[in-house]
Amino acid sequence: MSHFSRRKFIVRVMVPAVAIGLNPQLVSAANVVSIWRIARVGPLPVPVTLEVNGQTFDLALEPRETLLDTLRDRLHLVGTKKGCDQGTCGACTVLVDGKRVNSCFTLSIMTQGKRVTTIEGLAHGDALHPMQQAFLDHDGFQCGYCTPGQIVSAVGLMNERRPTDDENVREWMSGNLCRCGAYANIAAAVQHVAGDAA
Amino acid sequence: MNPIRYAKAAHPTEAMTAVAQERNAHFIAGGTNILDLMKDHVEEPSLLVDITDLPMRAIEATPAGGVRLGALATMADVADSPLVKAGFPVVSQALLASASPQLRNMATIGGNVLQRTRCSYFRDVSQPCNKRKPGKGCSALEGQNRFHSVIGTSRNCICSHPSDLAAALLAVDAVVHTRTQTSARSIAIEDLYVLPGDRPNIENILQPGELIEAIELPQSAHARNSAYVKVRDRASYEFALVAVAAGLAVQNGTIREARIALGSVAPKPWRAHAAESALIGKPANDASFAAAAEVAIRGMRGYGHNDYKIPLTRESVRRALAVSGGTA
Repeated sequence: MSHFSRRKFIVRVMVPAVAIGLNPQLVSAANVVSIWRIARVGPLPVPVTLEVNGQTFDLALEPRETLLDTLRDRLHLVGTKKGCDQGTCGACTVLVDGKRVNSCFTLSIMTQGKRVTTIEGLAHGDALHPMQQAFLDHDGFQCGYCTPGQIVSAVGLMNERRPTDDENVREWMSGNLCRCGAYANIAAAVQHVAGDAA
Repeated sequence: MNPIRYAKAAHPTEAMTAVAQERNAHFIAGGTNILDLMKDHVEEPSLLVDITDLPMRAIEATPAGGVRLGALATMADVADSPLVKAGFPVVSQALLASASPQLRNMATIGGNVLQRTRCSYFRDVSQPCNKRKPGKGCSALEGQNRFHSVIGTSRNCICSHPSDLAAALLAVDAVVHTRTQTSARSIAIEDLYVLPGDRPNIENILQPGELIEAIELPQSAHARNSAYVKVRDRASYEFALVAVAAGLAVQNGTIREARIALGSVAPKPWRAHAAESALIGKPANDASFAAAAEVAIRGMRGYGHNDYKIPLTRESVRRALAVSGGTA
């Protein structure tokens, strides 16, 4: 967060504490409140810097804004879908530092200093990511709404090096719902990539 | 979601102070529970204090042979830990049966044990709920209560505790290490929670601003021989209807130590003490397990839609004991 850093905290808090001869860990309850003061920001927009698909974005966001809303409404990366907006469907799945997460349950302000990868960040130009190609080749979708989340989740599964037999793929992809019921082909696509990678 | 202020803590005391100072301040780490509740306006904090930079993420062996889990370790980290898998299989199994891979990458174990009930009336602000608004009444008593509790309830609240992890921790005698601005304490996981009684809004003994720093798992034979049985409406990514965490220490075919902890049948993770006692000195066989399972459901009562949980608990206890006793 640009308003507040560990360095500023140390200067603002530790220096006075040391200057008056106190170890901050040992001060009495009465002194604690005044010494351990934390910088609060919001609720109005505050500067937030995000790294998405290798690009840096300097934004002004309310602290309550989710990564999902920032991606879609401000960065216009609308491949990441808003399905349930409550951590149930997986359509909003993105990678943060290579790990799959629900962007609807992630605050943008808490994502600073981390690498965000969305469905738009998987391909290299016109060259699709192998998982994207596998979903095409195996017909791993019908309406397509859950597909970006499915593909990103499948890439996360590969990053986590999970076992990729049919039962395990179904278990480890269970955080992504598909109302069309394309599960059999989704599992086949993931297993195809896993086989190629082995 | 209501507008909020935000602060990122660089030191535990800073975080604890900020939350203790402001009545409606909350810690946030994984965010999977608090943001969910905020979207439903069940929680409307004025300030979120981000604790994710605090050094509480490590999973380490203790000198006494146990494992210390930093409160900020994610569910995925703990489930995958070789130390946890070897010494406390029930904990790893319970975590892998919880939530989804995405949520397990986000949610921390400190937050997991403090997660709120899934009661649909608690989560719907248009419905009366004593937990949300004390004195308003419990909608579940006469309402849809298929997911609700069959023991430990009161006339004010029959919600169930949803944490798979908490039931598993109960079966391995976990200790919760907490800290406030001025003191630290260690709480047996069983003592962390309180029953609803006349005050369903109070769920645990933690004070405002008290922070869980770590959860310690002491090594034991019954923790090594432990298993988790979870029964749910679908095979994956679903909360439990009934869950059983069991651990058995067996010597020459005789049960020396037993733990039976139940999830999703009580407003807190529920330890079946009498059923455990019934196993001591008995042979580790199905007759003993079946007898203990009968004891485990003593005192249970249903509210209509959830009556099925009582026989389901009995059979799940029997199965969990068989798995942990190696006879399944």
